[in-house]
Amino acid sequence: MTDTEHTYSAAGEVANLRERRTRWQMAKIELKKAPLSAWFGMIVIAIYFLVAIFAPIIAPYGEAEVFPTPFAPWGGEHIFGTDQIGRDVFSRLIYGARNTMGIALAATLLSFLIGGGLGLVAAISGNWLDQLLSRGVDILMAIPSLIFALMLLTIFGSSVLSLICIIAVLDSTRVFRLTRSVAVSVVVMDYVEAAKLRGEKLGWIMRREILPNIMPPLIAEFGLRFCFVFLTIAALSFLGLGIQPPTADWGSMVRDNASMIQFAKYDLTAALTPMIPAGAIALLTVAVNFVVDWFLHKSSGLKDDH
Amino acid sequence: MHPILGTILQRLLLGLITLFFVSLIIFSAIEFLPGDFTQAVLGQAATEETVAAFRRELGLDQPAYLRYFNWVGSVMTGDLGTSFSGRASSGVDRSRAVVDLIAPRLWNTLFLAGMAGIVAVPLALFLGVTAALYRNTMYDRTVNAATLTTISFPEFFVAYLLILFFASLWPVFPSLANVNADTPFMERVYKCALPALTLTLVIVAHMMRMTRAAIINLLASPYIEMAKLKGVSRTRVILRHALPNAWAPIATVIAFNLAYLVVGVVVVEVVFVYPGIGQLMVDAVTTRDIPVVQACALIFAATYIILNLIADIIGIVTNPRLLHPR
Amino acid sequence: MTTDTHKGKKGDVLLEMKNITIDGFSDEKWHPIIKGVDLTLKRGEVMGLIGESGAGKSTLGLAAMGFARPGCKITGGSIDFDGHDLINATEDELRALWGTRIAYVAQSAAASFNPAHRLLDQTVESTLDGGLQTANAAQSDARELYASLQLPDPDNIGDRYPHQVSGGQLQRMMTAMAMSSRPDLIIFDEPTTALDVTTQVEVLVAMRDIVERFNTAAIYITHDLAVVAQMADFIKVLRYGEEVEEAETRQMLSAPTEDYTKSLWSVRALEKPENISNDTVLEIKNVDAAYAGTVKVLHDVNIKIARGTTVAVVGESGSGKSTTARVITGLLPPLTGETLFNGEPLPPALKDRSKDQLQRIQMIYQMADTAMNPRQTVAEIIGRPLEFYHGLRGRKKQDRILELLEMIELDQTFYDRLPSELSGGQKQRVCIARALAAEPEVIICDEVTSALDQIVQEGILRLLLRLQKEYNITYLFITHDIAVVQAISDEIVVMYQGGVVEQGPKSVVMSPPHPDYTQLLLSSVPEMDPDWLSNLVDGRG
Repeated sequence: MTDTEHTYSAAGEVANLRERRTRWQMAKIELKKAPLSAWFGMIVIAIYFLVAIFAPIIAPYGEAEVFPTPFAPWGGEHIFGTDQIGRDVFSRLIYGARNTMGIALAATLLSFLIGGGLGLVAAISGNWLDQLLSRGVDILMAIPSLIFALMLLTIFGSSVLSLICIIAVLDSTRVFRLTRSVAVSVVVMDYVEAAKLRGEKLGWIMRREILPNIMPPLIAEFGLRFCFVFLTIAALSFLGLGIQPPTADWGSMVRDNASMIQFAKYDLTAALTPMIPAGAIALLTVAVNFVVDWFLHKSSGLKDDH
Repeated sequence: MHPILGTILQRLLLGLITLFFVSLIIFSAIEFLPGDFTQAVLGQAATEETVAAFRRELGLDQPAYLRYFNWVGSVMTGDLGTSFSGRASSGVDRSRAVVDLIAPRLWNTLFLAGMAGIVAVPLALFLGVTAALYRNTMYDRTVNAATLTTISFPEFFVAYLLILFFASLWPVFPSLANVNADTPFMERVYKCALPALTLTLVIVAHMMRMTRAAIINLLASPYIEMAKLKGVSRTRVILRHALPNAWAPIATVIAFNLAYLVVGVVVVEVVFVYPGIGQLMVDAVTTRDIPVVQACALIFAATYIILNLIADIIGIVTNPRLLHPR
Repeated sequence: MTTDTHKGKKGDVLLEMKNITIDGFSDEKWHPIIKGVDLTLKRGEVMGLIGESGAGKSTLGLAAMGFARPGCKITGGSIDFDGHDLINATEDELRALWGTRIAYVAQSAAASFNPAHRLLDQTVESTLDGGLQTANAAQSDARELYASLQLPDPDNIGDRYPHQVSGGQLQRMMTAMAMSSRPDLIIFDEPTTALDVTTQVEVLVAMRDIVERFNTAAIYITHDLAVVAQMADFIKVLRYGEEVEEAETRQMLSAPTEDYTKSLWSVRALEKPENISNDTVLEIKNVDAAYAGTVKVLHDVNIKIARGTTVAVVGESGSGKSTTARVITGLLPPLTGETLFNGEPLPPALKDRSKDQLQRIQMIYQMADTAMNPRQTVAEIIGRPLEFYHGLRGRKKQDRILELLEMIELDQTFYDRLPSELSGGQKQRVCIARALAAEPEVIICDEVTSALDQIVQEGILRLLLRLQKEYNITYLFITHDIAVVQAISDEIVVMYQGGVVEQGPKSVVMSPPHPDYTQLLLSSVPEMDPDWLSNLVDGRG
């Protein structure tokens, strides 16, 4: 303990220095350390997206093509048989990926556009506008969202467009709350005050000071909201109020073939037919949840799940 | 007046205001219906007189605010209006009062939700608290992975899995929960087993994760460390130091999940063809039977608001800072 | 306490820790926090454990109880407490000692008391748990302890809940709680750090007297050498998890053997020669201010600041120092009164001020961590005002940034670092560079050194003084630390409860006669003299 420093130098102070790395290198390092569950999730998501994009190439038959034998057994010409009016289940599963995921993605994006934008504005303005938006959202959230969606569907009907809009608007309340609360914790930071004191315009502050700092929780939330929207659409379709026939969709496929479960004792594969689309929904949400879970662990501060 | 009373009254008032706005939104649903909805209800062949009579019955000749107050007034007295279905273009009216449609089904739904809640709440609290106490052990990890998977499943997937195993492959429970007013209690419980189990699985997963997070948050408080360093035993740290401060978060978790239960019931009732209010609402949406949809939405929303209000009030009355003001 | 079966004689060794090593978990790796420290404490002795942030003093203090916080583990060495091996003890064995024979006094009393229980019940909990006394005896003993700790209304204060008493009272309450079972050893973990100086004095006196009275051994952990000098018989200095030196208190203060120990009071060695001028650059006149919907926080505040000088604003928390800064910057428009800059009134609200007016007054914050956007590099942070106020771009901007880095004594390797890659002192320097980049006339410094270690503080203060000399910058320096005031100020403004108590040149304000409050404030600042507290108590009677 004799070699204590005699001269003080500012540059010599110890700090946590990181190696200079590009984003891509950082990402590669993170990926290497990712747990098995996250890898599983990412691979599943990738496969789903590929299937959705290349649906017409992969699917052996058309989406609404009707064959003469309804309830055809597995194997042979139809890998998973045919449904109650003779459509190829496997082809409909593939097209279903495209439709269900497409609508869910569109609704989630729209809800982030609305909820995220308003949440940011509310957090920064912090005045009557914030009060108005926050109280309005409180009231909208006092009606359970599935119930609200059912009511709105009664009025506007179940077209794809109204489905996307209704779910996006209802879901944007939750995005608003999260964006606002995360942004408020950034807005009170001294560096935002420093930017205000410098005389920066509101737009600059939003874009350069706040947005980069609220991205990680918002990205994680995007995954969770996507799951939620996806499940809501599946549930609505299952109830017969979502995506309408003949468009293929996993929720309605479960409903259409549900009666086959009763025959499990005689033909297990037939009973599994409605379970496949249900399982497909479950697998995707599990996959997204695994990836989000890992991402939350990565971006510190949100260590314990809520 | 004790300041805690003031805070509670404030919350109650806030709840009432919320309820007012919610009822306003639900009421205005009818305003957004396309103008020719009377034809859709009564059929293309409806005469002008029938249509006019129908519009009068709905009060469409009066200004909206008057109709709102009439509507609220009748809802308060238990009159939820008359269903659209059963009306004919000829003017013959076989429609039924919404109350008569809803009352027996509401009871069924409450029975199912209650059954799930009685099992789910204690189970979830137990799992959540133990997972928090034995954090990062195999037990915690297993429970966590299992619940993360369960919350990712759509309710109908869980429901059909249960049907596949417990009604079809190994038929111990019925796959249809067709009960009516005369079904004896034990048979009712038996028939509701699978739907209640479905709801329980879904709720337990959510509630357990939230309880675990709340308890972990609580156990990180400096006063818990202080209690440990005072040599207080493990059980006493939990019972005497953590528990009195845990009521508020636990009440919030329970309220949130009971509210979730109310919504989850819709899908489960449809799967098991259970004559509850959820299925009634889905049917009403399909037939665009607005009075029934409105009544159901109002009931669901009010339950939701009241549950959250109760959680709020529990949080207030167990908060020592409010209980013992300066 | 009537019988003390376990109490040995004064002078026996009570605690012996040998070659202790402790690891902490961060960034997904275990890092050593304590690297082989020995510690011996005899009965009735008080040891001061001192070091700067990250020295591992709290970790070592808790290890003396056989406890490691979550995320830490004791990896080696031995701990012997009066015959008990604390390293290999089971949880039950440790628990039997904690609260009865070893007690702990935490830094934040407000957070360490359970909000749900009465203070009296918490005070006697360990005593009753350990079966040392009956409830009645323990409670009446607790009331006596309250009285000897100078707590108001000792008979009834125990019936209150933690949020119903003040911070200083809570801290004494925690000492009573520790003392209730008459332990052999008390660990005091920075017990007065969160308190104002005037409150700190009362708490220090109470703690010292009671430890003396019951002849309790104690480990007193702090970063403030002047405080520990009042409390401890001998002092151990820690740095980076290693022992620097250990010596008897008087000897350590008069003749430290290590340079590092001397650097612990380096700020006190600085003193700026007074510079008085009449060229007023900034003046606030008759300012009253309030935050929306609350009571007034400033009453008729008048401050004059001369060009090229440093005006220090001192006061305790809640005195209105920071609010004054917010009024000057325009963040909080005053209710009445005005701010004059070079004789011209400034628009009261920030949004009405011109770019030119904004550029001339810059601000530096207490927490450099939160004053810099964690996602911007040093170059972006310093470069923005260059671009914004002076329109510099490309090559010119880059050259100017390097020039500014040189001015704050950092080299060009810092150019593209992120804030997370800087040490505390370096962060504050970058903040200074950002203020300098605007080429301001006045810089408001809000507690800019109070989050930093002494030696780093000294470096920052020297830098500020040099910059003032070279560029004739004016500082409004807000602080609660009298040592810093001595080091940097020309004039002093003393604030108390939202008003100005006194303003004048340093030489005048710092020497008697003082107004009452200034007297109280100045006399409460601990000095590097082991007899300071005793003398103060004698003096105040």
